[in-house]
Amino acid sequence: MTRPTVDLRPTTQPPLPRQRPITSFLTKPQVIALVAVLLVNWALFPGFFTITWQDGRFFGSLIDVLNRGAPVAILAIGMTMVIATKGVDLSVGAVMAISGATAATLVTNGIPAPTAVLAALATGLLCGLWNGILVTVLEIQPIIATLVLMVAGRGLAQLITEGTIVTFSDPLLIFIGTGSFLGLPMPVVIALVLMVLATLIVRRTALGLLIEAVGVNRSAARFAGLKAGTLLLIVYTFAGFCAAISGLIVAGDIRGADANNAGLWLELDAILAVVIGGTSLMGGRFSIPMAVLGAMIIQAMNTGILISGFSPEFNLVVKSAVIIVILVLQSPLSARLFRRLPGAPK
Amino acid sequence: MTRSLRPLLATTLIFLFAYALAVSQQPAMLSTRVLGNFLTDNAFLGIAAVGMTFVILSGGIDLSVGAVIGFTTVLVAVLIMWLELHPLLAFAIALIVATAFGAIMGAAIHYLKVPSFIVTLAGMFLARGGASVLSPDSIGIEHPFFTAVQKSYILLPGGGRLTVVGIIMLIVFACAILLAHRTRFGSNVYALGGSETSAALMGVPVARTTISIYALSGFLAGLAGVVFSLYTSAGYSLNALGVELDAIAAVVIGGTLLTGGYGFVAGTFIGVMLQGLVQTYIVFDGTLSSWWTKIVVGVLLFMFILLQRLVFRAGPRRT
Amino acid sequence: MTEPKPVLEARGIVKIFGQHRALDTVDFTANAGEVHALLGENGAGKSTLIKILTGAYQPDGGELLLDGQPITLRDPLHGQTYGIGTVYQEVNLLPNRSVAENLFLGRQPTRFGMVDRKRIDAAAKDLLSRYGLDIDVRAELSEYSVAVQQIVAIARAVELSGKVLVLDEPTASLDRNEVQRLFDVVRGLKAKGLAIIFITHFLDQVFDLADRVTILRNGRKVASQPLNTLNTTDVVRMMLGKDVAFDHHPTALSGGPKGQVRVAFQNLSRKGLTPFDLSVHEGEVVGVAGLLGSGRTEVARLMFGVDGSDTGQITVDGQPVTIRNPAQAVAAGFGFCPEDRKLDGIFGDLSVRENIIIALQAKLGWFKALNREDQVELAGRYAEALDIRAADHDMPVKLLSGGNQQKVILARWLAIDPTFLILDEPTRGIDVGAHAEIVRTINRLREEGLALFVISSELDEVVAYSNRIVVMRDREMVAELDGDTIAPDAIVQAIAGTAKEARP
Repeated sequence: MTRPTVDLRPTTQPPLPRQRPITSFLTKPQVIALVAVLLVNWALFPGFFTITWQDGRFFGSLIDVLNRGAPVAILAIGMTMVIATKGVDLSVGAVMAISGATAATLVTNGIPAPTAVLAALATGLLCGLWNGILVTVLEIQPIIATLVLMVAGRGLAQLITEGTIVTFSDPLLIFIGTGSFLGLPMPVVIALVLMVLATLIVRRTALGLLIEAVGVNRSAARFAGLKAGTLLLIVYTFAGFCAAISGLIVAGDIRGADANNAGLWLELDAILAVVIGGTSLMGGRFSIPMAVLGAMIIQAMNTGILISGFSPEFNLVVKSAVIIVILVLQSPLSARLFRRLPGAPK
Repeated sequence: MTRSLRPLLATTLIFLFAYALAVSQQPAMLSTRVLGNFLTDNAFLGIAAVGMTFVILSGGIDLSVGAVIGFTTVLVAVLIMWLELHPLLAFAIALIVATAFGAIMGAAIHYLKVPSFIVTLAGMFLARGGASVLSPDSIGIEHPFFTAVQKSYILLPGGGRLTVVGIIMLIVFACAILLAHRTRFGSNVYALGGSETSAALMGVPVARTTISIYALSGFLAGLAGVVFSLYTSAGYSLNALGVELDAIAAVVIGGTLLTGGYGFVAGTFIGVMLQGLVQTYIVFDGTLSSWWTKIVVGVLLFMFILLQRLVFRAGPRRT
Repeated sequence: MTEPKPVLEARGIVKIFGQHRALDTVDFTANAGEVHALLGENGAGKSTLIKILTGAYQPDGGELLLDGQPITLRDPLHGQTYGIGTVYQEVNLLPNRSVAENLFLGRQPTRFGMVDRKRIDAAAKDLLSRYGLDIDVRAELSEYSVAVQQIVAIARAVELSGKVLVLDEPTASLDRNEVQRLFDVVRGLKAKGLAIIFITHFLDQVFDLADRVTILRNGRKVASQPLNTLNTTDVVRMMLGKDVAFDHHPTALSGGPKGQVRVAFQNLSRKGLTPFDLSVHEGEVVGVAGLLGSGRTEVARLMFGVDGSDTGQITVDGQPVTIRNPAQAVAAGFGFCPEDRKLDGIFGDLSVRENIIIALQAKLGWFKALNREDQVELAGRYAEALDIRAADHDMPVKLLSGGNQQKVILARWLAIDPTFLILDEPTRGIDVGAHAEIVRTINRLREEGLALFVISSELDEVVAYSNRIVVMRDREMVAELDGDTIAPDAIVQAIAGTAKEARP
């Protein structure tokens, strides 16, 4: 069999001079924003950067920011990929409640903790799969499809806990929420590990590129032979899985499952973190680490507001301001303004 | 029969069936007393859902509704209890603020060309945050006017009470039905939901209509907040948490297509009543727990989303 | 008949998109009481001209005159106030509203601030009866057939404007009776003195309805004359060829020994497309000639599994394969450069490099990721081979010119080492230089042994690279020309045919 080959000449294209990764990272607006917020916090509270070592773990406001920001960061990891496909998952907060409720109820009924944890993760996968099926098989718009579980999910969680706040004293579950590893709080460790793993998986396999392709142009993806349906199913299932992990952390932290309040409005924080991280709601290019960074910016603002003595709800005002700034920056209006900048194509 | 009537018919049948079922289990539910309570307890939800109906008909979504209700209750309480304004004046101010708030969101959606859900998400944060900046704690409202309003009602045959808030909701629905189906504004809302491009080509003032729709939703959320403050005599920043979801559910269960263009305000009324029915039944039953409401509403939501896909996927043709 | 009275005139219209001259000093005149057909293949500039005439685009040169007065149109709504109404193929009305409301939206009569429904319904019924339509005007528009919707759209446009009526491919999805019904309406309007501009790709309809024809090709006006001076063959020739100057050396291409059959389609069909058999050999280009709407794109989509087939078998190198979706087609070694590059081809935000390797990556699966070095090497190799001019292979592909984007898609398919390549209008909308390069590339790929299936409206182009030419008309392969039979006249005759025999 003869194979058609294109006339090959030695490639003359030299590897392009790329900006050095560390410099390009430090000049990203998100990093600058995070540093700015941290500096403001430091100005408000001079001990902000102080980290102490006590009882085999680090303590300090900075560690606190990481710790408190972990649940949203984990949600954002899953949400990033959903948004990259031009979708959105509104149900992750409710899935957190379901996962926490599952784990708490199982351990209080004498089921061994590892089994309970696995069961909680499995419910998360199941919830994500449900969303994925609605989006791919029934072809319902993502925002509408995931709304169903957002509405019904808390009811399901309460069904599991039978309406009470199920408290537990199981050491494993508590460890997930409040323990430490190598001096770092467990939530931070989990978030970091998940971030690194997820990034490696999507970037070392072709998954990341294919997800981006589906998000950029679904029709072209079909013409190029991509199996968009399977990809979407995986992405939504993974978002459910991340939500389940977050739910476990939040439950472990308060040593109980509160079906009403666990993860309440966190889906919105996660979406915000992803958007701050630079992934467009119109799909396409995504970055998991930047979304995690976005979650940290949100948490750093939270902490700043707390230490400066404002009520925690003041946070919401700041968050809305952040969304407004991002919207204005991304609008066609400002695109027209920036078009004249150098580096734009001719 | 027009296609858009089918989901409405389905809602009505489901409601009648569910009500009959509920009465067969709990005969006490067949009374004007229960009906009166239905209207009173769901008044704020109903009013907010009317605004949501217009937004969804036009192809958008408004996540700020619950937050605006909460904000309005706080604002009303602050104006009455701290600034000692007359409640009617306080209501007027609150309604103006809420309307302006909605209009600004509408303008942002139109001019910045961003999805409505993200703009109204910012609005939701802003309204909740603003409310708690005004007052982080619940403020009780004590005023003779409040007491007088709360005590007024029309006695229905059979002992039921049609309260002031119930009447407000009914009036809002009546006006909204006229607005949606009998005015140019209403036609323009449906036109936007059908196809924004076509609507613009046919001369619909897209910017003005979009801003008006969200202003209307803001106004009605404000009115729902006023009603909520009358209903609970308190202003609290966390009031009406998650009401936007109930409102969206009521609209969809009422037969309005979530992607816009098809639906009826009257359907939303039945959607609200259906949610109220589930709640009331659970209270009457006593053995069922309250979380079943959410599950049942979620299941209904799912059913209607599926139903709409079936009804609107293949279009029947006349020649 | 008296001297024609010009209503809407366009003089020396120029429209430029980027570096591409979509319209080059085009004149056009619509006379009162005349149906003026505007013809041309995709990319000829038809729709650009229409958009300028209706106000959707502003010209970069030239002027518009209405009743002899120069006018400037801001948008179609503004055009409407001047009396220029348009009806599009995709009915631009509201499917979710009643027929009556669609007729009166924006100018509903009101009483006490309320819309007077009864009056609207009565007025709508009255209005439509003048168009011979007796329907329930309260029913949703979407419940009626496209033909009825078209007539409603015409009624609205005429009611609102009333001087010039532009019909942009109104008959594309109508059956024969519906077309006649529509034409009766149009003839009535013509008799009332409206100037009617009619765009279609059905030639028989042009001869049926139009009085005058203007033919555009590559942004230039080829002809503008009364229709009774022309026959179908003349029109086809003007639409497709550089007049008659075909540049073909049949002996160079055909007649020589063919390679083995690479891909064979037997009895492949789908609703609305007559079943066909076709085999393509190693080192062979099968060209497809046929007008828009002849079914040529549908054939390509069917071959590539974009649309599922109702019947038929496909064999590759003698082995039967199942192709029910593009992924399976890619697995079988097929590649497809679609007609609409922007919509179905490129991933605008992804880099040139990623656009080139994406199909190979999809074929390899998720876990066999091409690493960066592989990607750079592949992209570099094919960019070099196809002479893709991009400053940087990491830049988004949307910043490239149309010709370079087309080459990127071609490179994407060459990267999977294909057995069979389908090209749908590979040279559409790209500048002349890139045009020639793509033709050269097709020739080179054939010489290297690839089997190709190429659809093009450029007859001279098809002739230049095809070993065999399949002619399509009315969703059927009506002729196959091989060797010495590839002559311009034969192709034109086959396309023009007697266009009435096979229409459903």
